[in-house]
Amino acid sequence: MDSEDDFMSAVSSEDDILPDDSDNDDMSGGEDDFDFDDEPDPDLGIQKDAPPKKVAYDISFKVYQPSDIQKQQDDLINEVNMILDISKEEAAILLRYFRWNKERLIEDYMDKPLKVLEAAGLFQAAAGPPKLEIIPGFVCDICCEEEEGLQSFSIKCGHRYCVDCYRHYLSQKIQEEGEAARIQCPADGCNLIIDARSLDILVTPELTERYHQLLNRTYVEDKDTLKWCPAPDCQNAVECGVKKKDLDKVVPTVSCLCSHRFCFGCILNDHQPAPCELVKRWLKKCADDSETANWISANTKECPKCNSTIEKNGGCNHMTCRKCKHEFCWMCMGLWSEHGTSWYSCNRFEEKSGLDARDAQAKSRVSLERYLHYYNRYANHEQSARLDKDIYHKTEKKMVQLQKESGMSWIEVQYLNSASQALQTCRQTLMWTYAFAFYLARNNQTEIFEENQKDLEMAVEGLSGMFEQPVVELAKSNLKVEIMDKTAYCNKRRVILLEDTAHNLAEGRWIFNVELTGVMPSGGPSSNSNSNSRR
Amino acid sequence: MALKRINKEVAEMARDPPSGISARPIGDDFFHWQATIMGPPDSPYASGVFLLNIQLPTDYPFNPPRVNFITRIYHPSINANGSICPKHVDQDWSPALTVHKVLARIYNCLEDPSTDCPLVPEAAELLKTNPEKFKATAREWMSKYATGN
Repeated sequence: MDSEDDFMSAVSSEDDILPDDSDNDDMSGGEDDFDFDDEPDPDLGIQKDAPPKKVAYDISFKVYQPSDIQKQQDDLINEVNMILDISKEEAAILLRYFRWNKERLIEDYMDKPLKVLEAAGLFQAAAGPPKLEIIPGFVCDICCEEEEGLQSFSIKCGHRYCVDCYRHYLSQKIQEEGEAARIQCPADGCNLIIDARSLDILVTPELTERYHQLLNRTYVEDKDTLKWCPAPDCQNAVECGVKKKDLDKVVPTVSCLCSHRFCFGCILNDHQPAPCELVKRWLKKCADDSETANWISANTKECPKCNSTIEKNGGCNHMTCRKCKHEFCWMCMGLWSEHGTSWYSCNRFEEKSGLDARDAQAKSRVSLERYLHYYNRYANHEQSARLDKDIYHKTEKKMVQLQKESGMSWIEVQYLNSASQALQTCRQTLMWTYAFAFYLARNNQTEIFEENQKDLEMAVEGLSGMFEQPVVELAKSNLKVEIMDKTAYCNKRRVILLEDTAHNLAEGRWIFNVELTGVMPSGGPSSNSNSNSRR
Repeated sequence: MALKRINKEVAEMARDPPSGISARPIGDDFFHWQATIMGPPDSPYASGVFLLNIQLPTDYPFNPPRVNFITRIYHPSINANGSICPKHVDQDWSPALTVHKVLARIYNCLEDPSTDCPLVPEAAELLKTNPEKFKATAREWMSKYATGN
């Protein structure tokens, strides 16, 4: 990637209105692949007539840190608080009840406020701020304690319990059940929700933190346009407007501030160019049979009649299938009855029945081999990416050493870093191109795709080779230039490949040999190639 | 804290026993109870006597009691191990609920078996498709297992 224009989202709505170089966005970090578009407008990743010079696979998204998430909630609460003239606690509860859909809340509330309040577990009653009270003669219904001076508490519904029981109840809910936004009154059948101000006086400090965490979590989980970054220990959330029904047209890859790249649709690691549905199928298929398929292909044949898988572990060539009792010759797979007296060496290569049987078997072998072809390449890139990373870590150490010895500055060795980054992302992409290709029907588009794939693969392998050079070589300036060139080339090839696939995907031009969920514009022939390797 | 509450529940059960239900701790262990439910009249379980085992958790009443049938019973929500569909006991548990109320819920289940949460799919199926046969089977099991002998 070389120009800023490449980073610009092709899809943010302002593109349709404004001229190209409307770079009013906050571009965060030059080395990031994506822009962080200021526009919260959930615009889709599909462009019908967007200018083709933009990167077609880029989608607009935004990363929020925990404080941003808190602020968004506060803003919404304040807004509702002002418009509807209700307390902030109540506004918060109502917003959570309406899954943070402010417009619907306001509309419904204006319409019939009492009904809304009751449904959300709030009903109007004259009440001051919540406080602990000591009521003479009070007996707690939970613990049956009745001593003098027992502190008790109740929310607006009037179900009163002692403060210890209340605290115990809340810690059970917050700590064990992970509830926060919708904790109800402890009374049986009372669905009044305990508001934030009451919780503040009841909950102990260590619980409040957890409570607020959980509240934030429900905010993100309630909104369809928000998702947590799945990276370990990352607390950020990502906002993206791509909807579930569009996942067959776009692969919404987003990149968190923690540098983790993932698919917004399915939360898995970046799997461009393959759409989520194919990824799901592919992973399932790999989990199903990749390990065993190899062995089966090498060691077994199938009964020509019932297709049971058979391993011949000794004995003569006269096979009797244990399942269907079909008798056949192991060598030619033809009917044994046609073999006459040639018991131990099969000379019936040309006969028809054997030919047919071998045909059927060959077909299933071919489909298996086809799968293994793609799987091996997929797995290979996955592993290579890991190895490249290892090499980089080793090289990094040596570079530090070299820095001291040869007097190169820190900035001068950064080209290795970007080469490593490029290798990782390109391999990640390549890996998924194989899963993608597995499901593609053969046509001209597929051929173009394979050419692109080949170019990228060759470039990546070239770069990977240079990367493995001994450190002394790496320090030489000509290799350095070569690596930098190759890095740029790899990135360029990747962009071209992704752009091509994303473009065709958005316009529904790919023909798959399986049905994607949802309506495919041109339903490809349904699974004929991989249905028989399922046994 | 739990003990005080349990004591009170025991006392209340003894003072004002609800119809068709009785329950008390076994020996000195106040967390382990045995209960008896009489088959509700006008149900296929009428005149049956069903024994139940109740184990209270240490943090009772903040967690629900574990209740299961000792007597075998033909019911869509109660399986061969005597487990009861959690919908009737655990779900919507509130610390303000009591053993008595849980048993009353179970009593209602016997009074009016529903196919809502079929722990025993076959029984639920039968209840749906052939209620008469379901009742007959339930009665037969009752007379076989739950006559109190």
